[in-house]
Amino acid sequence: MEPEQPSPDTEHESLHEEAHLPPPSLWPIGFAVGIVVILVGLVINPELISVIGAIIATVFGFLWARDATAELRGQAIVVEPERRDLVEAGAGRTAPPADQQGAALPSPAEGGKIPRSRFLEGATLGLGGVIGGLITVPVAGFAVLPSFLRQEQHKVDMGEVNDYVLNRWYVATFLTDPSEGTVSRRAAFIRNNGTVSQGGKQVPSFTIISNRCTHLGCPTQANGPSGSILGLPSQTEHGKNGPVKLDPVVPAGYGCPCHGSQFDTEGNRTAGPAVRALDRYGFEIDNGRLILLSTYSVSRVVGTGAQAKIYKYKEAGPGEHVDGPEQWFYPLQPPHH
Amino acid sequence: MTLRRPPSRAEIRRQRMEDLVTYPLDWLEERSGLVGGVRYFLFRNVPSDINWMQTLGSAALTAFLVQAITGVILAMYYQPTPQGAYPSIVNITNHLTLGWLVRGMHRWGASVFIILMFLHMGRVFLFGAYKYPRELNWIVGVLILVMGMMEGFTGYLLPWDQTAYWATVVGINLNGTAPFLGPWLAQFLRSGQEISAATLTRFYSLHMLLIPGAIMALIGLHLYLVIRLGVTSPPWSKEAAGMEPADAEPTPLRPGLTRPAPRGIAAAQAEPGGRE
Repeated sequence: MEPEQPSPDTEHESLHEEAHLPPPSLWPIGFAVGIVVILVGLVINPELISVIGAIIATVFGFLWARDATAELRGQAIVVEPERRDLVEAGAGRTAPPADQQGAALPSPAEGGKIPRSRFLEGATLGLGGVIGGLITVPVAGFAVLPSFLRQEQHKVDMGEVNDYVLNRWYVATFLTDPSEGTVSRRAAFIRNNGTVSQGGKQVPSFTIISNRCTHLGCPTQANGPSGSILGLPSQTEHGKNGPVKLDPVVPAGYGCPCHGSQFDTEGNRTAGPAVRALDRYGFEIDNGRLILLSTYSVSRVVGTGAQAKIYKYKEAGPGEHVDGPEQWFYPLQPPHH
Repeated sequence: MTLRRPPSRAEIRRQRMEDLVTYPLDWLEERSGLVGGVRYFLFRNVPSDINWMQTLGSAALTAFLVQAITGVILAMYYQPTPQGAYPSIVNITNHLTLGWLVRGMHRWGASVFIILMFLHMGRVFLFGAYKYPRELNWIVGVLILVMGMMEGFTGYLLPWDQTAYWATVVGINLNGTAPFLGPWLAQFLRSGQEISAATLTRFYSLHMLLIPGAIMALIGLHLYLVIRLGVTSPPWSKEAAGMEPADAEPTPLRPGLTRPAPRGIAAAQAEPGGRE
């Protein structure tokens, strides 16, 4: 026999049996008006208008809350059922039930067109792919290409050639791009070798070694006394790239603080994990001024100074072999200036 | 036939209170299924003999959430420019109230996250929890570990002091020595031939947007697979697979574990009652 009153459990279950629509209610409109009046009152007259708005909002808010919680308070919700006449399909007949009289959407005849569903599926995937591609390709290009294209060459004005004393080493510190600030600061070991005869005429010769270690790119330091110990003050050149600081130094070689690679004064590797000699800067003389060009890689150097024979290679990153079988690991270098 | 006495006032009041709590939940559940979803997600059956080792995954997840939250807050004060990065770090650490704590949480939490991932990985390995059918989840976990390490690499540059700068120089050049594509990868990471302001903003973007997004997506996949496949028993478990008594009723297996489930359109068409 049915219990007189449903147990809490079945009552709880019954909540799920039908949709729980809140009854239609107009009170939220009044509530909204009340809020607007409060806000307007805050600008015009907080003491009077806002209070009126607060009263309106409170009254209508209460009524709204009463409506919304009608079900919770156990009142039956009366919702006027929607009345809409059935649209008749065909002449005076409604459509047959879905499980009778075959498919509502007849299958295409043999050799007929592609079914509509298949067409929509293909169109969605195809159009989605096209749109996705149109968006992805330029965005991915923007993420990747600027790192490789239009890499600018920085020419660095290093000051008067005559300020470099013959056969003296300098540690030169300069900015490759002043607009970038100190993050573009680089250092090179520079020696004026005097002149060398080339094609029958005398041209200036400089040894300009990049201090970037060829192991993993740390800054190598000159091993030897410099500056005040030598009694030689550092000098400053003023070029187009800002000041260039020149510290006279007497190096026995160069050493890297990170992992201990050692190089002789021509940049040949003498110890440690570096894979080749130190890179060198190309240079040109313009109106008696020394101009640094881009760097190139060097496998080894035979001889010294103006008579040195330099085995040159295209610029490679630190840790990359430029000669021997290991060079085959790096067949394609990214675009470089 | 049982006649029930009418409920007392206290019982009615109690019922009212319960309705007050359950009504909003019912409202939410009816419209979203979220209550059931959360219950399915959190209140799962697990083997009875799991132990504390199996909380390492949740611990790693917690560490990641700490990183995400503290990172978002640090991003409110950090400036990813060569001129502003280090001063903003100094400002966070020394001047802003509790900045030292949040930055410390992020900095040390990074190590905690990696360590917990390794411990979690060790547990999964030693328990054999990577075996069929959970191989894919091992792979997803390895990807999360790799992404976590990329977070460490990109985050290390952001203080923009000498340690950060030269460690990143060495790190990028290490990548550059990889055969064939190494030099290209290094140039992509540097955003050009040399480390510059663009490198810093690039690492910042990777560190706080791209990689965390990827980690969140992978964690979602990881958790989905954990819930779908269930938690493994420890190797010493009596409940472990193959340990059931011989006369036990064979438990029906879900489709997909031992026999392939019918899938997709073919399955729908083969459904009983479907139109032939």
